[in-house]
Amino acid sequence: MTTLSASPIKTPSRWSRIVQPLIIPALAIFTAFLVGSIIIILTDLAVLEALKNFLGAPGAALSAAWKAITTAYGSLFEGSLGSPARMIAALQSGDGEAIGEAFYPIGESLVAATPYIFAGLSVAVGFRCGLFNIGAEGQLFIGAICSVWVGFTFKGLPAIVHIPLALLAGAAGGALWAFVPAILKAKTGAHEVINTIMMNYVAFRLSEWLLNGPLKRPGSANPVSPFIEQSAELPRFFPDPIRFHMGFFVALGVAAFIYWFLFKTTLGFEIRTVGANANAAKYAGMNITRNLIIAMCLSGALAGLAGANEVLGVNHNLANAFSAGYGFDSIALALLGKSHPLGVVLAALLFGTLRSGSTRMQNVAQIPVDIISIIQALVIAFIAAPAIVRAIYRLRTAGEGEGAVFTRGWGK
Amino acid sequence: MTATTTTTTLKSIAEETHKTRSRIFGAAFIVIAIVTYWLFANGVDPALQSTFGLNQGNVPAEQRLPDWVVPSYGTVALLAVLSAGIGGYQLARGFGRYTNLLLGLVVLMFIFSFLTWATSDKSINLAGMLRTSVGAAVPITLGAMSGILCERAGVVNIAIEGMMLSSALMSTLIGSVTGNLWIGLLAGLLTGAALAFVHAVLAIRYKVDQIISGTVINIFSTGITSFISAKFMQVYQELNNPGTFQSWPIPILSDIPIIGGIFFTSNIFTYGAYILLFVIHVGLFYTRWGLRVRAVGEHPKAADTLGINVFRTRYINVVLGGMAAGFGGAYFTLGSVGRFDEVMTAGRGFIGLAAMIFGNWSPFGAFGASLIFGFADSLASKLAILRVPIPSQFLLMAPYVVTMIALAGLVGRVIAPAADGQPYEKQ
Repeated sequence: MTTLSASPIKTPSRWSRIVQPLIIPALAIFTAFLVGSIIIILTDLAVLEALKNFLGAPGAALSAAWKAITTAYGSLFEGSLGSPARMIAALQSGDGEAIGEAFYPIGESLVAATPYIFAGLSVAVGFRCGLFNIGAEGQLFIGAICSVWVGFTFKGLPAIVHIPLALLAGAAGGALWAFVPAILKAKTGAHEVINTIMMNYVAFRLSEWLLNGPLKRPGSANPVSPFIEQSAELPRFFPDPIRFHMGFFVALGVAAFIYWFLFKTTLGFEIRTVGANANAAKYAGMNITRNLIIAMCLSGALAGLAGANEVLGVNHNLANAFSAGYGFDSIALALLGKSHPLGVVLAALLFGTLRSGSTRMQNVAQIPVDIISIIQALVIAFIAAPAIVRAIYRLRTAGEGEGAVFTRGWGK
Repeated sequence: MTATTTTTTLKSIAEETHKTRSRIFGAAFIVIAIVTYWLFANGVDPALQSTFGLNQGNVPAEQRLPDWVVPSYGTVALLAVLSAGIGGYQLARGFGRYTNLLLGLVVLMFIFSFLTWATSDKSINLAGMLRTSVGAAVPITLGAMSGILCERAGVVNIAIEGMMLSSALMSTLIGSVTGNLWIGLLAGLLTGAALAFVHAVLAIRYKVDQIISGTVINIFSTGITSFISAKFMQVYQELNNPGTFQSWPIPILSDIPIIGGIFFTSNIFTYGAYILLFVIHVGLFYTRWGLRVRAVGEHPKAADTLGINVFRTRYINVVLGGMAAGFGGAYFTLGSVGRFDEVMTAGRGFIGLAAMIFGNWSPFGAFGASLIFGFADSLASKLAILRVPIPSQFLLMAPYVVTMIALAGLVGRVIAPAADGQPYEKQ
């Protein structure tokens, strides 16, 4: 889905072909941050104090507002990417520990981005087939449960067998969880949005029960699973505080695979055709039911991998409510990335970075991490309704269908 | 094939499916009867008794009702036989249009058998439990009403959860600042309406996929409420202390034994839910307004042709739906615990959505579903006390599972308004 050029007479230059599709997402992100800063200003006590005397000393209020914004976004930047000055100083000193410390934030950002890549791909694959998988969160939980079980149950396996096995178990669990809504959709027409929401809550309760019962770590007072065997841990590349692990490269590999699958294979083509126009696909002799089920299960498998990745790469065990909303954020990622694997990876890097930086922002600038959710919600709104962004920045309207997100009811 | 024969064929097909469905129901009733007996009567000592308390709260001694004591085995066996009898009649003759009612009855007997078995040789306060069920059902009902208002006009609303959460926060905040519960409640209603308006603008004006727009509101609400809560309400406790609406027993009605205490000794949120229930039911099915709303939800083009303003109808209904959700949201704080905690709605909005679907997009159906879901909620908290070897989590899964079953048409198929979720394009 490339955009039409602004002028119908000129053939689009290579440059505009690359830039055009990026304009709306970039402006959407920019506007979301702008609104975020308004919220930050309006909830800053120093600013509110200065505002009381706005007419007397307008400069004070403005400088307080400016200070609030720069502290917030400055600490967000430092928390997510690290401080450039410290990095240079560390590299010059050649002290290994200092280097590790200076680059720690970047590693954390990549760690946070990894599950986002998987989960974003999950929603994107669904979108490509015209399915709205709002149940990535539940599939992620089930994936995590399956892979943690494989991780701590099988003992004495070599890592080269154990890690893929645990990852596969996660994928299988997620796929199984997605299979239920898929088969219900294919056989009875029940809308997958409702069923994936319901499956989410069933998954939450199921994991709650498992962690309080069969999967509970012996002797623990809290609902947590046992630690996985060392042979199932995704290897980390740096000494301890840096948690950057192989999952990131697995995620990139999976993204490349999904690209190949969707755009270079017959099955991928069929799935995209069913998503673009189910009637046309049917007329062309494609099996709608089969494609729906495959796409949904693939979507579930990817979400399951997100859960497996967190368990095998970061936490090494499973605690209740460990996911913190990756499944819902992934809808934002898929939309921002226009359901394209490359776009999803970039969007995941952005959100992972924001997420890991927000902790520092909370500590330094006393701005709750939840500002990130607000910004994410705004990004989705602006991406899904590009007309708003166009109206704000007085952009020309693009050709038909640009930026339009598929829409179907659940009436039929 | 002529038109007449087509009609006849369709008719006979419809009758045939009806018969098959009727038989499936009959068989299901008998299976439930067997399961009831096998699970809850089999192996129970016939001498054991189940004791149900019928008083709740502080009832003066002279008004106390005696406990209701039944033989455990006998009761379950009787209920199982009754279920089997209903199933047999359904198989032989069929109950026709009362089938769904009978299904409800059989399910109710199954639940009561379970309770009898669980309390064998123990006692449980039945009246108190039903009262908490109604309490738990109130926000679910209000959420379902919000969904019905929106979806009957053709706008899918999965943002009930977010609207409730935001309203819970705003009603607490404004209620605490002004020191007036009613102003807090008003703030809650307006918050729900404002978010619903955003949903409506995105869905109707910008034709954003309604599920995406709902997700936006859910994520935004989680973010903004946690943000404000962490930034202000946890720091300044006086901002998080609005007080609660007191219980106000309805004169006369609350004096009815048992029922009065369960349904009519509560606060304005419960009564508000009852009133909304009747108003929406009558409004939707017996007024010109309701006919128009349903026309817009089923076939907007036809409605437009007849001069109904599709956009305006949808805007109004979505905003009204938002207010219903806002009312439900305020229940969590002003009607119940009197303070705001992060993500305190804990998925009740989505259960409301489930109740709406399970109740087939009708107010009383949704209320019935909410009562069942509320009962599951209150039963789940009792399981530990009764030392029943069933994890409470499985009971809490039940609402979601039965909704999926109903949606799949395995039992009593539910059908959404035909144009639900589709943006309308004027031509």
